Amino acid sequence: MKTKSLPFSPWHLVLAPLAILFALPLLWLLVSSVMSNAEINRFPPALIPAGINLDGYRFVLGNALFPRWFVNSLIVSSVAVTANLVLGSLGGYAFARMRFAGSKLLLGLMLATMVIPFQLTMIPTFLVMKELGLIDTLGALIIPSLVTPFSVFLFRQFFVSLPRELEEAAWLDGCGRLRILISVVLPLARPALSTVAVLTFLSTWNDLTWPLIAINHDTNYTLQLGLTTFQGQHHTQWAAVMAGNVITVLPVLLGFLLAQKAFIRSLASTGLKG
Amino acid sequence: MASVVGTFTLDPRARKAAAKRRTRGEGATAWAFVSPSVLIILGLSVIPVLWSLLLSFQANDLVSPSRWVGLANYKALAADPAFASAVQHTLVYTALYVPLSVVGGLAIALMLDRPIRLISLYRTLVFVPFVVSAAAQGVLFSFVLDPEFGAANSVLHALGLPAQGFFSDPGQALYLLVAISLWSGTGFCVIVYLAALQGVPDELVEAARIDGAGRAGVLRHVVLPTLTPVTIFLVLFQTINALQVFDLVFVTTKGGPLGSTTVIVYFIWEKAFKSFTAGYSAAAAYALAIALLVAGLALQLYQRRRTGKALR
Repeated sequence: MKTKSLPFSPWHLVLAPLAILFALPLLWLLVSSVMSNAEINRFPPALIPAGINLDGYRFVLGNALFPRWFVNSLIVSSVAVTANLVLGSLGGYAFARMRFAGSKLLLGLMLATMVIPFQLTMIPTFLVMKELGLIDTLGALIIPSLVTPFSVFLFRQFFVSLPRELEEAAWLDGCGRLRILISVVLPLARPALSTVAVLTFLSTWNDLTWPLIAINHDTNYTLQLGLTTFQGQHHTQWAAVMAGNVITVLPVLLGFLLAQKAFIRSLASTGLKG
Repeated sequence: MASVVGTFTLDPRARKAAAKRRTRGEGATAWAFVSPSVLIILGLSVIPVLWSLLLSFQANDLVSPSRWVGLANYKALAADPAFASAVQHTLVYTALYVPLSVVGGLAIALMLDRPIRLISLYRTLVFVPFVVSAAAQGVLFSFVLDPEFGAANSVLHALGLPAQGFFSDPGQALYLLVAISLWSGTGFCVIVYLAALQGVPDELVEAARIDGAGRAGVLRHVVLPTLTPVTIFLVLFQTINALQVFDLVFVTTKGGPLGSTTVIVYFIWEKAFKSFTAGYSAAAAYALAIALLVAGLALQLYQRRRTGKALR
């Protein structure tokens, strides 16, 4: 992209150092993940590696558990994203367009649950999962994140903003509600779909508290929980820990860089509508 | 699209009647649509909230049946010096994090709100730490701030400054947690403010300029008032997050050294899942929830009074 028309601004003198300040820790994460242990363990430690050393990555990927944690996280996040899209859009559509007894009360109640802090529900949720025999399984991680009131509400708000006339043609053709939702409404709802997908992925992939409570055995860890314990066990092998950290952060970072507009719009919208 | 809809030559009244006929018998379909969400959301929030309340009046070790103890948990909580210090640490963290992230976010957003080269790169870099998980942040900074092997002491050494204890120093740990949270959390305020700045009406800015307002005048009398609802939201959002800080503490300091970073949620987690006093933990969680509710209501009230005044 050519931006030749723009003159040099003195603001660069402030903004460039500021941006570097924010980027530096992540740059350091990447650099230290390719250092050798000898470079890290001498004092003072090297700040620039002599070359690219992949021992850290070899150690992490050769570890029997790390790839498993990655897969566990991937399963939990992708099920949560899919379920939030399906259940959130179904619920949101019913609240936006269909009349049924108690719908207002129910929507109000769902909205009210958004202000409940997690600490208030975590012990009983743990006890419920224990009763269901799901503690120490991925099920305990998946069930509470299947659908959030935020997803339902976001879809509802979006559907309310669509003109009803769009659906009327399909309606007069005798299509059912499900058919209308799938073939008329959802194709127009890409912003809502991407917002729900982005926010659900971010919150499930990055979560540490609930996996820490609900999972005991290390084969069932998610990546965040695994990385945390990995650091505790291998705190002298910082290159390996940082390689593991890169792998933990990479999916979110890649997703962010690829779909930056959707990410920023999604996150900014939580503020503007709030 | 509108023209396609327009070609229908149906009487609008007939159309409305048809619509009504269709919506009337829809209860069953609607319930089929909402029931999975309703079951999961209400089942895993309303029931647990009431259950927690019950637990807070009981002694419970997560295994054996509960025993009713009345207000004993709350009385013990009020007298527990560990809880008092957890509250204090949380308040210090919140009192630093919220204003610094919101004001800093506003300042950075104002700087980034100009059409210069590389501006989108600057925006990306300021925001990107926000998507990094607290666990990853904690692991990264445990390394950077490692007294022996960390880059921070290495830099201090190169500058001829004395090495620091960082997370092993009770006088520094809590402030370092604030600094790390600012690194990752300010970007959120920046993008919310940047989005809001697009909504500041150009006519208003023009009018103020014509009336002789300088840059500072426009900022103070036009831009900031327009941003007030967003600022109130951000203060509320950041306060709620700050009062609930846990992951970063768990990964970096585990409440130490010498309990100097034990925050409320860490206290709640420890009481429930380490010392297995779930009733006591639930009482602490209720105390926190009430604090959150009060903070939320106070801000709502403030916003309402402000808008009320504006209308008058």
